[in-house]
Amino acid sequence: MKILVCISHVPDTTSKINFTDDNTKFDTNGVQFVINPNDEFGLTRAMWFKEKQGATVDVVNVGGPETEPTLRKALAIGADSAIRVNTPATDGFAVAKQLANVVKDGGYDLVIAGRESIDYNGGMVPGMLAELIDANFVTNCISLEVDGTNAKAVREIDGGKETVSTSLPLVIGGQKGLVEESDLRIPNMRGIMQARQKPLKVLGPVDATKETTTVKFEKPEPKGAVTMVSPDNLDELVSLLHNEAKVI
Amino acid sequence: MSVLVYTESEEGKFKKVAFEVASYAKAVADQMGTTVTAITINANDVSELGTYGVDKVLKVNDSKLDAFNAKTYANILKQAAEKEGTKVVVVSASADSKYLAPLLAVGLDAGYASNVVETPTSASPFTVKRSAFTNKAFIFSTIETDVKIVGVSKNAFGLKENAASATAEDFSPSIPENGVHVDSVDKATNTVTIADAEIVVSAGRGLKGPENWGMIEDLAKVLGAATACSKPVSDLGWRPHGEHVGQTGKPVAANLYIAIGISGAIQHLAGINASKVKVVINTDPEAPFFKAADYGIVGDAFDVVPRLTEKLKEFKAQNA
Ligand SMILES: Cc1cc2nc3c(=O)[nH]c(=O)nc-3n(C[C@H](O)[C@H](O)[C@H](O)COP(=O)(O)OP(=O)(O)OC[C@H]3O[C@@H](n4cnc5c(N)ncnc54)[C@H](O)[C@@H]3O)c2cc1C
Ligand SMILES: Nc1ncnc2c1ncn2[C@@H]1O[C@H](COP(=O)(O)O)[C@@H](O)[C@H]1O
Repeated sequence: MKILVCISHVPDTTSKINFTDDNTKFDTNGVQFVINPNDEFGLTRAMWFKEKQGATVDVVNVGGPETEPTLRKALAIGADSAIRVNTPATDGFAVAKQLANVVKDGGYDLVIAGRESIDYNGGMVPGMLAELIDANFVTNCISLEVDGTNAKAVREIDGGKETVSTSLPLVIGGQKGLVEESDLRIPNMRGIMQARQKPLKVLGPVDATKETTTVKFEKPEPKGAVTMVSPDNLDELVSLLHNEAKVI
Repeated sequence: MSVLVYTESEEGKFKKVAFEVASYAKAVADQMGTTVTAITINANDVSELGTYGVDKVLKVNDSKLDAFNAKTYANILKQAAEKEGTKVVVVSASADSKYLAPLLAVGLDAGYASNVVETPTSASPFTVKRSAFTNKAFIFSTIETDVKIVGVSKNAFGLKENAASATAEDFSPSIPENGVHVDSVDKATNTVTIADAEIVVSAGRGLKGPENWGMIEDLAKVLGAATACSKPVSDLGWRPHGEHVGQTGKPVAANLYIAIGISGAIQHLAGINASKVKVVINTDPEAPFFKAADYGIVGDAFDVVPRLTEKLKEFKAQNA
C-alpha cells in the first residue's frame, strides 16, 4: 500500500497571532511552525501501517521553502520520502489541485490528511482532493483499518460516532483518536540523522486557479474585564446570568 | 438565482442550526435582491422554515437517505442548486455540513468559505468575514467564483424571524451510489451534544478524578447543558474523547460556557472563545482563565458546584 500523508505547516498552538503590512500579512516573527496536530495523528497512524503492513509512506506539503524543516521532521518521525510542491498555499482549492496531481502521479492508494489545519481552519482540502481524484472520503476519522483494498473507519459525528466501510483509493481527514496522544513520536537523534539522507523532492506547481482570496486580517476586540462574584453569593451569579448576560 | 440553504433535520425534525442558516440565507438574499430556497432531506413538517424567511422549500423524501452520506447529499444539493440557478449556497458548521461542503464545492466549481461569522461585508466582490487561527483572528476573504458556498459558524448570526410563507415542492433528485457505507451509528440519546448545546459545562484536571463528575453532570442537567472537558482529562481516560474541547478538540460556540477546574491554557481558550459568555470557577485567583472570563468565582469546585446547582434549581422552579 502506498500512503501519502498531507502535512500542513502551521504556527505552534501557543503562538500569539499578529499581522503586519496593514493587517494583510501574517506576522511570522518569533512564530514556531509545526506539523499540523491533526496531521501528526495521521502520520503516526501511517507509521503503524508501515510497520505492521509494509506500507510505504510519503509526506507532502504545498508551500514555499520555509516549510522544509516541517517536512524533515516528518521524515525524522519515519516517513520514507517527502515532496514539496513549490508554490504558496493560496487557498484550499488551489492546494487540493496540487495535491491531486501528486496523488495521480504517485499512484497512492491511501491519502491521510487532517480534519482541518489549525491556522486557516478551512477544513476543505481533503474533501476537495477526494472529489478531484474521485476517491472515497471519510473525515473526522478517529479509527482506520485497511485490509487489502477494503477499509473500515470510524468517524466522529455530533454526539457520537459512526462506523463506515469503504475501499481504496481513499482520502481521510484524521484527528486525535486515529492514534492516542501517547503514541505520538518525538523524533530521536537517529531519526533526525536519517532524515537528512532521505529524499525531499521539490516539484513545480501545476496550473491551478484559486477561488478565494484573503483580503485582510483582523484581531478580535479586546474583552471587557471579568466580573468577580464571591463564592458565598451564588444568588448574585444566577441573577447576573439571568438579567445581565441573559443566558439562562 | 435564489439563495439555496441546506436545512438539516434529524429524525424528521429540524436541527436548530437549520433555522440559523435559514435566517442567514434570508439576510444574504435581501442583500442580493433575491429569494430563499431551502432544501430538506427527510424532514416532516417544513412549514416552520417560513418563520425564518424561506420562500420555497424543495422537499426530498426517500428512505434511502435516512443515513447521512456526505457524497450523496452533496450530489443532491448540487442538483438542487443547478435546478434553481443558485449563485449562493448556505450551509451550517455541523459535522455533516462541514463534511459535504468541500465535495459540493468541487461539484459546483464553487469557492467555499467556512466559519463565516457575519453576512457578507460586500456582495461584489463577494466578501465574507471568517474566523481563523482557532478564533484567535478573523480573515476577510473574497470568493471569486460564479457560484459561492458559505459555511456559517454556529451561533454567529442567531435566529431572525422574517415571517414569510414557504411554499413546498417535492423534489426527486437522482440518488447516486457511492463507496462509503454506514455500518452503524453509536449516538448517545437523551444527552445534549456539544455541537447543539446552548450551554456547555466543562471541567478540567482540577476535579481530581473521574469519580467526581457526578456534580458536573448534575449541574449540566439543571441547565440542559452538554458536558465537556479539557484535553488532559480525556487523555487520562476520565472522560470520553468526544468531550475534549479546545484547539485540538471540538470547538465550542455556546451561549454560555462554564469552566470548572480548568486553568485556561491558550490551546483550551482558542477552541472555546467563540462562546458568548464564559463563567470560570477555579481555586487559583491567578488562573489564566479569569482573563478570558466574563464572570469568575475563586472557589473550590467541590464546594461551589453543588451549591450552584441548588441555586439554579430554585431559579428554574421560580421561572418555570
Ligand atoms: C499541541 C497541544 C494541543 C493542545 N490542545 C488542547 C485542547 O484542544 N484542549 C485543551 O483543553 N487543552 C489542550 N492542550 C493542553 C493545554 O496546554 C493544557 O495543558 C490543558 O488545557 C490543561 O488542562 P486543565 O486546565 O484541565 O488542567 P491544569 O492545567 O492541571 O489545571 C487545573 C486547574 O484546576 C484548578 N483547580 C484545582 N483544584 C480545584 C478545585 N478543587 N476547584 C476548582 N479548581 C481547581 C487549578 O487551579 C488549575 O487552574 C494542548 C496542548 C498542546 C501542547
Ligand atoms: N499546504 C498544504 N500542503 C499539504 N497539505 C495540506 C496543506 N493545506 C492543508 N493540507 C491538508 O489538509 C488538511 C486540512 O486542511 P484545511 O483544509 O486547510 O483545514 C490538513 O490537515 C492537511 O492534511
